[in-house]
Amino acid sequence: MRRAALIAVPYAWLLALFLVPFAIVFKMSLSDIAIAIPPYTPTLKDGLAEMIRAFDFENYVFLTEDDLYWKAYLSSLKIAAIATVLTLLVGYPMAYGMARAPEEWRPTLMMLVILPFWTSFLIRVYAWIGILSTEGFLNQFLLWTGLISAPLTILNTAAAVYIGIVYTYLPFMILPIYAALDRMDGSLIEAAEDLGCSRLSAFWLVTFPLSRGGVIAGCLLVFIPALGEFVIPSLLGGSGTLMIGKVLFEEFFNNRDWPVASAVAVILLLILIIPIVLFQLNQQKQAEADR
Amino acid sequence: MHALKLGMSALALTATVATAEEVRVYNWSDYIDEELLTKFEEETGIDLIYDVFDSNEVLETKMLAGSSGYDIVVPTGTFLSRQIQAGVFQKLDPAQLPNLENMWDVIEARTAAYDPDNAYSINYMWGTTGLGVNVGKVKEVLGEDAPIDSLALIFDPANMEKLAECGVHFLDAPTELIPAALAYAGEDPDGKSKEALAKAEEVLMAVRPYVQKFHSSEYINALANGDICVAVGWSGDVLQARDRADEAENGVEIVYNAAKEGALMWFDQMAIPADAPNPEGAHKFLNFIMDAQNMAAASNYVYYANGNLASQEYLIEDVIDDTAIYPDEAALDNLFTVTSWGAKDQRSLTRLWTKIKSGT
Repeated sequence: MRRAALIAVPYAWLLALFLVPFAIVFKMSLSDIAIAIPPYTPTLKDGLAEMIRAFDFENYVFLTEDDLYWKAYLSSLKIAAIATVLTLLVGYPMAYGMARAPEEWRPTLMMLVILPFWTSFLIRVYAWIGILSTEGFLNQFLLWTGLISAPLTILNTAAAVYIGIVYTYLPFMILPIYAALDRMDGSLIEAAEDLGCSRLSAFWLVTFPLSRGGVIAGCLLVFIPALGEFVIPSLLGGSGTLMIGKVLFEEFFNNRDWPVASAVAVILLLILIIPIVLFQLNQQKQAEADR
Repeated sequence: MHALKLGMSALALTATVATAEEVRVYNWSDYIDEELLTKFEEETGIDLIYDVFDSNEVLETKMLAGSSGYDIVVPTGTFLSRQIQAGVFQKLDPAQLPNLENMWDVIEARTAAYDPDNAYSINYMWGTTGLGVNVGKVKEVLGEDAPIDSLALIFDPANMEKLAECGVHFLDAPTELIPAALAYAGEDPDGKSKEALAKAEEVLMAVRPYVQKFHSSEYINALANGDICVAVGWSGDVLQARDRADEAENGVEIVYNAAKEGALMWFDQMAIPADAPNPEGAHKFLNFIMDAQNMAAASNYVYYANGNLASQEYLIEDVIDDTAIYPDEAALDNLFTVTSWGAKDQRSLTRLWTKIKSGT
């Protein structure tokens, strides 16, 4: 009985915070646009039976008719995947360095990784506008050093979006990898080296496989939010950066088409579920391995 | 202002035991002289809660979701008209608005296209969409006879190819750019048919590669700093950029021109939501704003023209004598207005805009 009650609490949260909002969005995706408050029909005011009778999958059919939507999904997948790899390339050495640093430095290093979170995410992205613009700090610095003779155009390009995503999600990559590396037994490396491994092959044969759980967790923590990212591409990206988050915004705000916007959101969620399930499986495996 | 609010409510408490009356206003950002807000509180003893937004779409979404809690909102005419259809607003009560007599019939005649008989709204500010030009840079690139007052500046690919070097921004607003493209092509700027959209597409696709960014507010800073040399923008915003450049004394000279082929004229209208908590207070606010001196103070501050004829005698010369703000008779004839987009047309429009911006 107590056990059941204990389990019921997290499931109640899940129901209230995830399933109910999803049901509302899903319901909206089955309705039609209308000039009214709220701007779709039918609603519960029409009665439950009437509402269910009026439901249809028209909006989902519509999504398949225009290549914009799948192009935007694909482009988001591509941007999220590239950004995840870049974040890994930057984050892994940092996590490795932290795990190898003297014991007494580690809390400070950890603190430095977390510190940016104390400032609003939006302000940090805005700061990048000041850094990357043609008259920005970066260009002024490069011009001053004489490395370039004309300012580079970085802001409003895909490069700026990648910089923004890598910067924003870097801590999510570093922390799980650091946790995995920190747990690793240092004597394993010594053993590998005693058995004739070079430092490099010891890293690839011992360190990296042991940190794989952290790498997977980090990659998913970056990939999933990057896929639906809206703020970074709209502030740093150019008009050519096609992402599903932006398409969603336009459906909702510009077209006032809440039903189609909801259908886009439902599909996005379905696409996201695959990596989320992978993440869960990985976590479970990890937990079992630890036991 | 907080101290003042406290003082006012203390006064209200001693006078009557009734709870402090509130009016909640939702207006565009940087769109009023804040001293007016204090003045309203002092005159009426009503607490004024003033919030801001920066896009019609955000406002509309709030309105359509219902129960926004605001007593006054300020949509643009084209948005207002379909929100009236959706039942978002309540009719004004002229008996509570003696200052209605101050309003300018020239503007009222035009806003009636969005709000028949002006039954639901009053005009707050109006302006035009045109060309913000960094004169020095553009002449450097295109030569002395650069067409800085013509849509050819932004829609002729030959010009745009050269201007791309120094940077061009377009408003990220299809409802502003499509009419301009149609005006350039010699079509009816209010066209919404498939053929009209195809014409506009042709014009815009030809210059799209040379547009650095589609954005509706960044151009103010970008123009003022000299980061870009041309922006398609709103009159008052470009004038703001001009003043910022003057203040910075950075040698950047900005000029605003409504295009000679015709420029879009728009109207920001104050209206009362149907579910406003305090419609009586809202009427008091509207009447306060329509006072000639108050309206003049607002225009003198934001550099936009208003729809209040009586206010004109209190306007500073910088505002009333600037034809970029108050166009003369001939220029006024050159301005056009557009109607709102229905749901289906709107979808084609947004889709076209995505295509223009992203190439997909």
